[in-house]
Amino acid sequence: MADKLISHIPDGPLAEKWTKHKADIRVVSPNNKRKLDIIVVGTGLGGASAAASLGALGYNVKVFCISDSPRRAHSIAAQGGINAAKNYQNDNDSVYRLFYDTIKGGDYRSREANVYRLAEVSNKIIDLCVAQGIPFAREYGGLLANRSFGGVQVSRTFYARGQTGQQLLLGAYAEMNKEIARGTVKSYPRHEMLDLVIINGEAKGIITRNIETGEIERFGAHAVVLATGGYGNVYFLSTNAMNSNGSAAWQCYKKGAYFANPCFAQIHPTCIPVHGKQQCKLTLMSESLRNDGRIWVPKKKEDVAKLRNNQIKPSQIPEEDRDYYLERRYPAFGNLVPRDVASRAAKERCDAGYGVNETGLAVFLDFKTAIERLGKDVITDRYGNLFQMYQKITDSNPYEEPMMIYPAIHYTMGGLWVDYDLMTTIPGLYAIGECNFSDHGGNRLGASALMQGLADGYFILPYTIGDYLSHKIQEPKIDTNAPEFEEAEKKAKEKINKLLSIKGKKTVDELHKELGNLMWEYVGMARDEKGLKTVISKIEDLRQEFLKNVYVDGANDQFNQELEKALRLYDFFDIGELMAQDALNRKESCGGHFRTEMQTPEGETKRDDENYMYVAAWEYKGKGEDPELHKEPLKYENIKIAVRNYKD
Amino acid sequence: MNFTLKVWRQKNAKEKGRFETYHVKDIAEDTSFLEMMDILNEQLIHEDMDPVAVNKGCHSGPVSFDHDCREGICGACSLYINGHPHGPGALVTTCQLFMRNFKDGETITVEPWRSAAFPVVKDLVVNRNAFDQILQAGGFISINPGAVPDANAIPVPKEKADKSMDAASCIGCGACVASCKNGSAMLFVAARVSSLALLPQGRPEACRRAKAMVAKMDELGFGACTNTQACEAECPKGISVSNIARLNREFLSAKFKD
Ligand SMILES: Cc1cc2nc3c(=O)[nH]c(=O)nc-3n(C[C@H](O)[C@H](O)[C@H](O)COP(=O)(O)OP(=O)(O)OC[C@H]3O[C@@H](n4cnc5c(N)ncnc54)[C@H](O)[C@@H]3O)c2cc1C
Ligand code: SF4
Ligand code: FES
Repeated sequence: MADKLISHIPDGPLAEKWTKHKADIRVVSPNNKRKLDIIVVGTGLGGASAAASLGALGYNVKVFCISDSPRRAHSIAAQGGINAAKNYQNDNDSVYRLFYDTIKGGDYRSREANVYRLAEVSNKIIDLCVAQGIPFAREYGGLLANRSFGGVQVSRTFYARGQTGQQLLLGAYAEMNKEIARGTVKSYPRHEMLDLVIINGEAKGIITRNIETGEIERFGAHAVVLATGGYGNVYFLSTNAMNSNGSAAWQCYKKGAYFANPCFAQIHPTCIPVHGKQQCKLTLMSESLRNDGRIWVPKKKEDVAKLRNNQIKPSQIPEEDRDYYLERRYPAFGNLVPRDVASRAAKERCDAGYGVNETGLAVFLDFKTAIERLGKDVITDRYGNLFQMYQKITDSNPYEEPMMIYPAIHYTMGGLWVDYDLMTTIPGLYAIGECNFSDHGGNRLGASALMQGLADGYFILPYTIGDYLSHKIQEPKIDTNAPEFEEAEKKAKEKINKLLSIKGKKTVDELHKELGNLMWEYVGMARDEKGLKTVISKIEDLRQEFLKNVYVDGANDQFNQELEKALRLYDFFDIGELMAQDALNRKESCGGHFRTEMQTPEGETKRDDENYMYVAAWEYKGKGEDPELHKEPLKYENIKIAVRNYKD
Repeated sequence: MNFTLKVWRQKNAKEKGRFETYHVKDIAEDTSFLEMMDILNEQLIHEDMDPVAVNKGCHSGPVSFDHDCREGICGACSLYINGHPHGPGALVTTCQLFMRNFKDGETITVEPWRSAAFPVVKDLVVNRNAFDQILQAGGFISINPGAVPDANAIPVPKEKADKSMDAASCIGCGACVASCKNGSAMLFVAARVSSLALLPQGRPEACRRAKAMVAKMDELGFGACTNTQACEAECPKGISVSNIARLNREFLSAKFKD
């Protein structure tokens, strides 16, 4: 069945592909749009922008989310910024350079054509967002300000203090509200998708659970758009919001959508270190801090020991005794190396015994030099709210003592496989934003997820979905009494009843923590064959324990957060297992995927382009069966593949 | 640290609620308030598992409360702690409140937002759908993605952009309503109206927007603003009441044009 994996990349020169493709695909006339129903699941940047744009075009849109208001989607927490190739700084940025940086940052594991298109539409996103009234940071002259993020040598990141995701999401949400007022979009908050409904091989609807009442409902549509975010919470502790999960995408996988590159997960170098067993969520300190912050650990072990015993303060360690290890190892990029590189370097120092807190799992991020150079006011203006947040959480003042940081799970590059049109291997099912695999290869550059979510939702999907729907204009409303809906609803109810009836001895969170520990230990920052094989069987044991011994409190017909969590955890076992399988298959080190067997003498990743320059797309083969691997070869025609070099 | 918790339990919107008393022990100072609630919930679930537990019968499973980002930005968390929305201390959301801010052995009272416009869903969870409805009435700029000028075509003075950003930091949590004796949503409405009205892009619809949003707010059963300024004191994002003055100006000029 390898023929399902057709990427549909248009012919022609890279820079003309998208323009040509738009000219070639069909459009739907306004009076027909009104007759067509589209379901959008998720209201993060991807879902909200898609719902708003599709509504504006005149389609009938139904939009679903877990939270009580669409505005609270996980995207709201993005801090640092959004990239675009505007070249407003005159620093020789261009669409090509943004494209090149993204492919290189992704360690040559993403599709050229998709990434080029992303870079191409990036500028329109900024234009649109400004028109929506997003209060981006500005210079005194009144024009837009920029900053830099890791892995690049230009200043192309637009930002709204440390709340860029919030402002972009409020913009998309506002446009969606405008459409709700016009009647083209209908919003269903606190509705969790439990399953996808397929009729004659095409996506035709979803089954949801009303989170307030427990009611199981059916919704039909001519196409379904999934924008349900990433699966980073498989690790239990991550920077993702508590309700982020992979279940919707996973249900689609089980219904035939291929899942691509599941092992590519991003570990963010600058998070607040874990402080105790009672913790359930890690807090990110934005990458933008690396513009002005310098990362270091002491050179001398005796200083490390004193720090751990609180005998000295970090600020008392003299300059010559500090090891600014990123500046030392990567002179060209210094503190602004990509995330995977910075994370591994922190782990290397901590493993060598230089970790600066009592757990030995922390390094410093220091603003001393920047405050001396720029003054406290400038630093407050740039990072004030982040400093405040840090102080609130840790009770330590970052203006006086350096922050302590450590890597944590942050983003998943893997996701549902999609073609150039963002359609999965199930006709009529689209995936956008973090829940697809499309643009970031083995590692995502900072400020590129927001760009991708909005590019997909505002400027790509609204065009490509028209091509598919143009063939559906004769099709009547989807009948939700069809046996396929009946069957899917029945299955969803059975699953819920089963979970509620186990009544074992462990809570959902206890089991989730155990899974998280396994994932972090074996499928985290460093992976090897033995560990991956071990973890696959350990996950299976834990899944069995879950099915026999979980205790899900309460009943279905009520607001029941334990049940919600149990339903999501159910799928996390499967997702974790597929991640480990994919990691085992990929015998190379690449981006966020570090196989310890594959490294250079200096400890850098060693890719294997000859054997692994492909997208690994997994097909579900049924319960208890091994999934089947399909390979989409990656071709680089416009970029010279090279070893990622951030040293010079 | 040890605490006694008096927590509001309510099965659903229709049933009457009541306070239940619980005890939590050995809580570390660095624990956040919601992590402490997680610990309480794990405790309550374990009691539920055990048929002979002493507490059996006096509670109904884990306590429901809204939360998501736990970083003070999504606006989901909404606990009324010791008589204050988001608890003691200024400029913090419930999820960013830490147990080091309480005294060891203290009794802490935890309630939901109380406002006619925010009905209780369960325990500490309320329905804030009314906020969405207010924004749907006009909290946007009517544009079309296909027809917008270059982002730098309209310069905006930094000071204006900063002020707009101040107002735009509202997280839609509803603490302003919960703190107001009239249950008014003026601060929330004013924050959105101001953030758009301060920018040139938002000017064309400024009056219409103010009028439509205020009308919706009244229709949904929020109270009138009598300028007590309790909202500003309790707002976790420091949204200033000066925004209310700006809203009033926009509103009056809309009336004037009628
Ligand atoms: C702390 C943090 C900071 C970040 N900072 C940046 C940054 O500065 N720049 C950048 O580019 N990226 C950043 N990122 C990454 C970026 O925020 C995310 O990748 C992006 O927001 C994902 O958007 P999305 O629309 O794909 O999904 P999300 O925002 O995760 O939204 C998912 C939506 O799907 C809904 N949903 C999920 N499952 C279901 C279901 N079963 N049924 C119904 N609804 C469902 C949810 O309710 C939600 O509405 C950051 C991420 C984190 C964690
Ligand atoms: S104005 Fe303040 S208190 Fe009111 S909703 Fe906004 S952030 Fe919350
Ligand atoms: S949980 Fe998001 S603001 Fe508190």
